[in-house]
Amino acid sequence: MNERVAIIGIGVTGFTSVSPALSFKELTYSAAVKAYAEAGLHPREIDSFVTASEDFMEGYSIFDEYVPDQMGAVMRPVHTVTADFLQAFGIGCMMINTGMFRTIAVQAHSKASNVKTLNDVKSFALDPVYLRTLKENAEFIAGLEMRRFIDESGNTEEQCARVVVKNRKSALLNPQAAHGADLTVDDVLSSRPISTPLKHLDAAAPCDGSIMVVLAAEKEAKALCKNPVWVKGFAWFSGQGNVWCRNMAEADYARLASQKACRMAGITNLSKEIDFVEVCDEYSYKELQHLEALGIARKGEAGFLTETGETSIQGALPVNASGGSLGMGHAFEASGGMKVNEAVTQLRHQAGARQVKNARTGLVQSWRGIPTATGSVAILSNG
Amino acid sequence: MGYRKVAVVGAGITKFVRRAQETGPEMSYLASKMALDQAGMKLKDVEMITMGSAPDAFDGVHMKGEYLLSGAGGNNKQYIRNFVGGGTGVFAPVHGWMHVASGACDVCLVVCSEKMSTIYPHPAGAFLTIFDHTTEQPLKPTLIWIFALEMRRYMETYGISKADIARVAVKNKNNALDHPSAQVAEVVTIEDVLNSEVLAEPVNRLDISPASDGAAAILLVSEDVAKRLTDKPVWIDGVGWNLDTAYWATKDLCYPRYVEKAARMAYDMAGIKEPHKEIQVAEPYDPFDYKELHHMEGLLLCARGDAARLTAEGYTARTGNLPVCPSGGALGVGNPISATGLMKVIELFLQLRGEAGARQVPGNPRVGVAQAWGDLMQVGTVIVLRS
Repeated sequence: MNERVAIIGIGVTGFTSVSPALSFKELTYSAAVKAYAEAGLHPREIDSFVTASEDFMEGYSIFDEYVPDQMGAVMRPVHTVTADFLQAFGIGCMMINTGMFRTIAVQAHSKASNVKTLNDVKSFALDPVYLRTLKENAEFIAGLEMRRFIDESGNTEEQCARVVVKNRKSALLNPQAAHGADLTVDDVLSSRPISTPLKHLDAAAPCDGSIMVVLAAEKEAKALCKNPVWVKGFAWFSGQGNVWCRNMAEADYARLASQKACRMAGITNLSKEIDFVEVCDEYSYKELQHLEALGIARKGEAGFLTETGETSIQGALPVNASGGSLGMGHAFEASGGMKVNEAVTQLRHQAGARQVKNARTGLVQSWRGIPTATGSVAILSNG
Repeated sequence: MGYRKVAVVGAGITKFVRRAQETGPEMSYLASKMALDQAGMKLKDVEMITMGSAPDAFDGVHMKGEYLLSGAGGNNKQYIRNFVGGGTGVFAPVHGWMHVASGACDVCLVVCSEKMSTIYPHPAGAFLTIFDHTTEQPLKPTLIWIFALEMRRYMETYGISKADIARVAVKNKNNALDHPSAQVAEVVTIEDVLNSEVLAEPVNRLDISPASDGAAAILLVSEDVAKRLTDKPVWIDGVGWNLDTAYWATKDLCYPRYVEKAARMAYDMAGIKEPHKEIQVAEPYDPFDYKELHHMEGLLLCARGDAARLTAEGYTARTGNLPVCPSGGALGVGNPISATGLMKVIELFLQLRGEAGARQVPGNPRVGVAQAWGDLMQVGTVIVLRS
């Protein structure tokens, strides 16, 4: 990397199952106001803005139209990526690395409660020739992936259920999480099937919320911020785009992104050099699959680490101390932002009851959801 | 700390047609392959890819970027889709510029693909849901309806007649006769334009670009790689983009301030002080004929309200002092939204290399500007190229 990049402000509104009192504009505005206040910058002092959104989730045909006003970004260089927050975050870091921009605001939100036909929207992401003609609920792909992952890696359905128990329990300690619960493995295993072996409680419920992060180059970060969170490495990768050609057992995108981000950060032994991880757990098996792909757990061992408590908040390497998507809800394009939010909270030592001791470096990872094989990694540090 | 220099070294473009046999991913493949072949590179040499494509509603595919990924060569690569509505086509190379200028990679493939024909019966349907659902959608506006407002405002402010505006369609459709990708190149007269059917007063059918399928791609590389590959690199000298408010009805539509801001950003970066003197070839976005005039003014290529006079005097013809849309533009070549923007950038690339064939403008131009526009009369994206 060139000049170092830091997070100097973050604003979050949410996360709740519904948000009847706030439109997506108001959600975005309230998060933006908090982020600018924390960064000590007026939006006019932000050099450029990056947002992440998808048209079909918003119900507008060209959603990037509705991005600037509530961020204070009218008549400014704003652009949208149809990607996860963490990819937009990477673009923001990249823009600072050009040297042409000193401060960047990165924003994403979810107003999933506005979507009446979420399953249909997901089905619209399937290839119209090869997959949509099957007339299947799109989540069949997650079921296939889970089966393949379990069969190939040796992790078990029970271990996947333990991820749900762990994350929803952690969420009880997170005031921003709406899905905290004290569940048992049996509760998960006996919940109704979605696409066997995937069950209702294996999947994260949709949630609403908005996130904005203000990024700054090193000079500005040091001048403006007492507790900057430094971006050590970032990368986004796509695996095989076509579902029918894909090795469903493994998350290639996470492996490739982790390798590149670690190279940037100068990390050689990931599980030793990081203190906590926030990975995408939109489905229970994804947490285990991602831990193995990232190089944090050896193949087939992620379930065991979950069973023995290694990945709990008190464990050797806490995974999704925030409660993850299973505990907080799945915020679609804003999902990666929820992970960044937790990492910033942990690295500032403001996580209260779920604080990871001596947290200095964390890894966050996101995935774009079915039917994609696209994901991102960022490595963040407070020193 | 400065940014790294970025060069365009290859370009590919499919034919623009009303209804392509190929799917979006297939068109992306064709354009990408052409760009790589021209540069003498392979897909394995490409480190990162950025895809530009306008609304998902055209294809009827949610997460369209992911759908187009395999065709654009994105498997096992760093791939992302950028999106600023109709401005995407010129923003895509700007996005690619960020990738290379920042040092994130040395070789970035920029692909723009648009398949508008999949929306039935007409792509205009995709625009019914671009409007605010509370304040505007109840009025049932269409895209042409709001541009009719803008065209009328522009005509009234500067006292411009419909015949003045029709000259742009005549010029561009004629220029497109020399473009191998062209969809609606033809010899038309001002009367033909004025007598074509009225869509929304004052907009007639020949004032508008067609709906199209098509794809385009360019290859961007760092300075070191460019020197190895070619002795005719074309450099990205300036980039700019700007997004105005979504509340389009509250602003004066006679002048695109957001295009001016984007242009100033790009000109500052390129060290251009007097664009009307320094720019030698221009490719402003012309989905409607009046938009070319509007955008020439926004790009500071002439005084406000003066673009129609210059067009009438032949100043913007291919052999004029400032050739504007020598490619034939969206009005002549066709308008697969994002691919159109990139087609314009490719036109500059060819013009500045002296490789535009029958379309070549005289005088060995060295500096050109391309621009796209979109959303709710809201976004301007600008790129300055120099040979």
